[in-house]
Amino acid sequence: MSLLDTESIRRDFPVLKRNVTGGQPLIYLDNAASTQRPQAVIDAMDECYLHYYSNVHRGIHTLSEESTRAYESARETTREFLNAASAREVIFAAGTTAAINTVARSWGDANVSAGDVILLLISEHHANIIPWHQLAARTGCRVEFIPIDENFEISDETVAEYLERFRPKMFAFAAASNTLGSEYPVQRWTSMAKQYGATVLIDAAQAAPHHQIDVQQWDADFVVFSGHKVCGPTGIGVLYGKEAMLDAMPAFLGGGGMILNVTTEGFTTHELPEKFEAGTPPIVEAIGLAAALKYLTAIGMENIHAHERILGARTDAGLREIDGVRVIGPTADKKGGINSFVIEGVHAHDVSQFLDGRGVAVRAGHHCTMPLHQAIGVTATARASCYLYNTTEEVDQLLAAVADVRAKFARSGRRRRSRRPVGPNA
Amino acid sequence: MPHPQDSNNDQDIYQEHVLDHYEDPYNRGHLASATHAHDGKNPLCGDKIHVDLRLDSDGRVAEAWFDGDGCVISQASASMLLEAIEGKTIEEVEKFSAEDMLSLFGPQLTPNRQKCCLLSWKVLQGALKRPVGTEAAPSVTEDDDEVEPKTSFGGPSLEEEQ
Repeated sequence: MSLLDTESIRRDFPVLKRNVTGGQPLIYLDNAASTQRPQAVIDAMDECYLHYYSNVHRGIHTLSEESTRAYESARETTREFLNAASAREVIFAAGTTAAINTVARSWGDANVSAGDVILLLISEHHANIIPWHQLAARTGCRVEFIPIDENFEISDETVAEYLERFRPKMFAFAAASNTLGSEYPVQRWTSMAKQYGATVLIDAAQAAPHHQIDVQQWDADFVVFSGHKVCGPTGIGVLYGKEAMLDAMPAFLGGGGMILNVTTEGFTTHELPEKFEAGTPPIVEAIGLAAALKYLTAIGMENIHAHERILGARTDAGLREIDGVRVIGPTADKKGGINSFVIEGVHAHDVSQFLDGRGVAVRAGHHCTMPLHQAIGVTATARASCYLYNTTEEVDQLLAAVADVRAKFARSGRRRRSRRPVGPNA
Repeated sequence: MPHPQDSNNDQDIYQEHVLDHYEDPYNRGHLASATHAHDGKNPLCGDKIHVDLRLDSDGRVAEAWFDGDGCVISQASASMLLEAIEGKTIEEVEKFSAEDMLSLFGPQLTPNRQKCCLLSWKVLQGALKRPVGTEAAPSVTEDDDEVEPKTSFGGPSLEEEQ
């Protein structure tokens, strides 16, 4: 394992040159929420808008032909990135949330009935909880959660026990937890779930940016991820589904582009992948996404993973040494570049605000994992998440700032001063 | 290790008087003789505020107490607010606007932190309408529109991610 050449990589990301509070350099450690864009992505999207943008699949004219070619080429790049068997299995959606909602509405409504169980992990992001709660409200199915243990881990035995107990219709889980940082054994758990006949959906929002994905090796029925977390644009994500699954599912959103024929009586749906791409798709976003995937692939997904693991472990070790800091997550060998933590006696928002004063951007709150926070018994955590452009120096500056937080907010016998005058008429 | 950016200055939202109120809050606790009470929370960050009021026969806030849990901004602002309005008439408290609350707090807040600062103000306004012992009304939440500042405060959610 070795670090990436961050000096060279950082030159590719224009925003990293800017300064923040008090003219300090930006230390961007909020990558689990969203990543920054390399110039290559910005250029690819500019190029389309400047020279060949048009709607796709519709016009018989030069620009539409060129845009269509670029859009479909982006689909092929995404297929390669995932090692999907066919580009028909790659649906462009608005993001991970939209992709999971599509599965819950289309596959869910057609296949799930009262009494069925949807099995999730307690650490799921709300995007992989609420669509299933909504499905439960429509169908009478139940949503069950696999808990974490006292070390914030989930063992194979626990997964096996819950699969045996509930024999779920669907097992949907994140390949990596956006709060705990845990990286789960996707292939093994998928194979265990298949033995019970479960359909499997993998939320790869926190995996696709960080390591090689091979959907055929994983063998899950659905795999979803977002563009903006892989250095790509917002407004686009990917719904991968096995062709047989997608073929058997009813269309979800209805509209232009997803039909073969429409009459006053009804319609027939288009083939894959258009069947699930109603309306004008995110054309330029797809082109930007493809540029991002090519950029990351050129650096090497496994090289990126190794880099993040080194930085993540350094963060984890440093945080554990600071008095009053509790790391909310397993040991460094079980996670990637995400570290969540709480500081005794200080609210996460105040931690984040203090760190911002040092130029350090982290996330504070429940990170869209309220059930996990409830299970752990904390209302909010601060989260530092690194990516390919972060450096060991940045991690050290984060740690130095975290070490100073308690001194700022520590009780020191302060007393209120005189009563202040009040209000409009004071 | 001291750091140049940590020192108190006009840009620092944790000014001395804010930290003073955080550590030594005004009337923190519950009021057994409360005539009016209300509570609320900001679901996005978990800030919680409960307000107890004793309104007297002259239509004044004779006593105002709060309890809660959350960030420095939410708790210090509650202390400042209750200290400021105790003894005022109901009309005066009703007239006390969100803008007044932000100016009472002092340091300039970004839209996301304005929500923390305005939580106790919303709960206080709600408490005026909720006599103790009547049917429990739903709590004020950050999305609640029962008492809204005239100006729109608060930026995009801190929490949405994907």
